[in-house]
Amino acid sequence: MSEDTTTYDSTSGGALEASGDDITAQLAAPSFKLSNLHGDTVTRTGDRPSVLCFIKEDCPTCIAVLPVLSALHNSLAEHIDVYLIGQTADGNQRMTEQYDLPFSLLDDSTLHVSYASNIEIVPTLMVTEADNQISDALVGFQRDEWQTLLQNVAGRLGTAGPTLDWDRLPLWRPGCGSLSVDPTHADRLRAEAEDSPIRARNIEIGQLDDPFEFMFDQGFTDGLPVVPPTAERVLRMLAGTRREAQEVVAVMPPNMGEVTVEKAAINAVMAGCKPEYLPVVLALVEAICTDDFNIHGVMATTMGASPVAVVNGPIRERIGMNMGIGALGQGNRANATIGRAVRLIVRNVGGATPGGTERSTLGSPLKFTMCFAEWEERSNWDPLHVERGFEREDSVVTVWAMSSGPSLIIDQESLDGDQLAGTMGKTMETIFNHKAYSHTNTLLVIPPEHVDTFARSGYTKADIRERIQTVTRRDIQDLVADETAGVGIKPELAEKMAAGAPGLQLSKFAKPEDVHIVVAGSEAGKFTGCFHGWVAGPKGSIPVSRKIEEV
Amino acid sequence: MSFKILDPTNEAVPVTRQVTPRPEKLTGRLAFLDISKPRGNVLLDRLQEALEQRLPQIEITRYTKPTFSKPAPDALRVEIQRDNDFVIEALAD
Repeated sequence: MSEDTTTYDSTSGGALEASGDDITAQLAAPSFKLSNLHGDTVTRTGDRPSVLCFIKEDCPTCIAVLPVLSALHNSLAEHIDVYLIGQTADGNQRMTEQYDLPFSLLDDSTLHVSYASNIEIVPTLMVTEADNQISDALVGFQRDEWQTLLQNVAGRLGTAGPTLDWDRLPLWRPGCGSLSVDPTHADRLRAEAEDSPIRARNIEIGQLDDPFEFMFDQGFTDGLPVVPPTAERVLRMLAGTRREAQEVVAVMPPNMGEVTVEKAAINAVMAGCKPEYLPVVLALVEAICTDDFNIHGVMATTMGASPVAVVNGPIRERIGMNMGIGALGQGNRANATIGRAVRLIVRNVGGATPGGTERSTLGSPLKFTMCFAEWEERSNWDPLHVERGFEREDSVVTVWAMSSGPSLIIDQESLDGDQLAGTMGKTMETIFNHKAYSHTNTLLVIPPEHVDTFARSGYTKADIRERIQTVTRRDIQDLVADETAGVGIKPELAEKMAAGAPGLQLSKFAKPEDVHIVVAGSEAGKFTGCFHGWVAGPKGSIPVSRKIEEV
Repeated sequence: MSFKILDPTNEAVPVTRQVTPRPEKLTGRLAFLDISKPRGNVLLDRLQEALEQRLPQIEITRYTKPTFSKPAPDALRVEIQRDNDFVIEALAD
């Protein structure tokens, strides 16, 4: 028997010393079918007066009251239904053998009955009436109270009370915590209870099956192992949001699956998220399921686009996202698992699987996960979410459909903003191919050393965009397909365009705003990361920002 | 004790669709849907020439999706379905 399972602390004192009325209001009289030690099923429907007591083996107070329970059984069981319930199967067996009990303990090792009865302390003794109301109850052991209660019951039944040498019992013993409120079991019990927020189908994995292998076999994963989404884990995940578990966050193509908060939470567990990441996952799901973002096309395209997400605002710090060294790589749980969770939702709820409706020719590592935070404090520029109309204090996630990246723009020589933005523009001319103009957008991830170069020239984000558009400007004739490369504008179209606008020139991007800029990365290194977009605009995908729920 | 997990999918049971019976003979109204991929129109032009030579009894109507990157708008699908007996959709590139 371990002393440390006994509840002596002050937090339980209130319950132990509470008046009978308080305890009866707190408890619930259960209906159940439980097995006794002989394997017989004992049913309680609650339409007859009864006495119930919950105990567990490793509680010294429960052991101390065994003589009382024996006397209670011997004197009253013929006159009233008596249910003596133990919380572990092995413990029931041992108590019976060790103390030679005259009654057969009922097995509540699933703890469902204890949970449904709101038992917090053992022993708990309760008396119920024909209408199943609890008329009296005691928790822990106080000798005079137990004596009075049992004598009252006996008196009402017109029989003698338990024959017992009460003086040999301790005057008072505090109870122990019920196993049904033990953190080891509480989440499972909440998940299995009638008022559980969980509605998803339970999938039973055979005793000889490895859950990890099973989930691979079912096609639930992205090719890497996933955390088994047990009800306990999903319940803990759901604690990360205030939203109702069955709220539909979005309807996700291609199968038009309803992404409920619960389904998102299940996939977030699988991805390895902590509960505090869930609001970011939910906001991201909302963002990609808009007509603007067009997740259907993003997944279906042979080009192989994928969501790339950036988080801004206070939540970055709160959930420990990486915006510094290696922000776009592995090693940070939030960065890695938020993007992965969304990708698993797209797969499992939306139904986009490679070779199915996901038709990417090559695929891309971006399709596993790509989510990071902007280092807002490392530049004097407005951070992304403020540029996009949110308050600086808002937590926001923004998502783009990107076909590749981050490819590096390496410039360790330029000393001012013009030169550096010039390098960026000239490097980006070949996005898609060297003649693909006005097709796509880009996300530039500028590291601190490049930020400092721009800062020396007083360069704003608008200046960078303008410079990129200027250095990439080309005559329409230069963009026509030729013998060197078959790509480019068809000669007849170029002629038509030029006829309407003599001297027409195009810049790499249809508009400066197609160059999106964030700051991230370590203090050392003059390498800007460049994500290449997909079909930018209403015909393809438009980046979307969503405010993240404050929890 | 067995191990239980929660279903991460949308739990939908897919509808099994029957393939529409194939007719012996191609007659009636035929929709040509260009999904707006480069050279989709070239493919459909050639196909239209070939079909009109061999199957003078059919009437071809050309349709175009606004963009290949999104599903066809509902209105377009309804129109094609209402006014035609067959559809040929061109991918190309």
